[in-house]
Amino acid sequence: MTQTLGAGEAVVFWVLGPIALAGALGMVFSRNAVHSALWLVNTMLAFGVFYVVQQAPFLGAVQIIVYTGAIMILFLFVLMLVGRDTSDSVVETLRGQRVAATVLGVAFAALVGAGIARATQDLPAGGLGNEGGPANIPAIAELLFTKYLLAFEVTSALLITAAVGAMVLAHIEREPDSRRTQKELSRARFLTSNHPQTLPGPGVFARANSVAVPAILPDGTRSEASLATGIEPEEPDQMRRPTGREELGSRDAALGTLDPAPLDGNDR
Amino acid sequence: MTLANYLVLAAILFTIGAVGVLVRRNAIVVFMCIELMLNSVNLTLVTFARATGTVDGQIMAFFVMVVAAAEVVVGLAIIMSIYRTRRSASVDDANLLKY
Repeated sequence: MTQTLGAGEAVVFWVLGPIALAGALGMVFSRNAVHSALWLVNTMLAFGVFYVVQQAPFLGAVQIIVYTGAIMILFLFVLMLVGRDTSDSVVETLRGQRVAATVLGVAFAALVGAGIARATQDLPAGGLGNEGGPANIPAIAELLFTKYLLAFEVTSALLITAAVGAMVLAHIEREPDSRRTQKELSRARFLTSNHPQTLPGPGVFARANSVAVPAILPDGTRSEASLATGIEPEEPDQMRRPTGREELGSRDAALGTLDPAPLDGNDR
Repeated sequence: MTLANYLVLAAILFTIGAVGVLVRRNAIVVFMCIELMLNSVNLTLVTFARATGTVDGQIMAFFVMVVAAAEVVVGLAIIMSIYRTRRSASVDDANLLKY
């Protein structure tokens, strides 16, 4: 007996299934690891909806909170620590490995997919009844604290071990006095560079405060030190400067202590 | 559509994750592919829970999620410490045990 599911569920499946599939493919094919993480978030959100549709509302919430909320953020944290520019090399270290992996993958998908489709085409969609709806969390709790109590307790041991292990692995051992004091730091800064103060911030004295806008020095020139690295500097519309004196660009001109200069327009 | 659609989708996603593990070189992306494989198995468990009409499958999926969380925490810490010593997150560069 073949149990067909409702039309609403079919719509959800045929909309979110391709989205999940696209997320998985995008994850594998993205050069940039951050893009991979975002594609995977896409897939995991679709999975969360699948769980809710499949009468597992608790798991759906856990999927979205734990997987997309916590685990993927952890991935992004580590990506930012490790540096997102450590992208993959395109070089194949094993000859023909990529082709072999793809062939293997297609063959495996065909085998497992066809096998599952044949074996489960008559799978009865029995449904959980009330346990798939409002009573889902009490049903899970009851099983979790009776039948699966031992597994649950072992899980807590696993989690605490993982937390301690992560702390041990991520810990950096330092010599007790290896940290430089503030005095040493400032001495090093004054001795080694001719620019002891902080660099000028972008956009200071300019008409915009975007990071792409260079700071304007009092004499009206751009401060090269204020340019952010990796960003194309852009030139905002500057206020019309007084044009009356030949020593334009002097300190007076910027401070406005010149004689009132004739302006072309009344834009002041 | 039947419940088999979900199972086939899960099988395809599992395969994509497995191919990703084989193909990609960045250790973090390899980890993401493992997460994808675990997730597709979870979808299978939830689908079978629905087919049999019991909550046991959902509880197994729940345990898989817990184990996946622990695995990710430790794995990412290992990747970070390898990156600190070798300045690389590529799985090809961690080959000291080979020689």
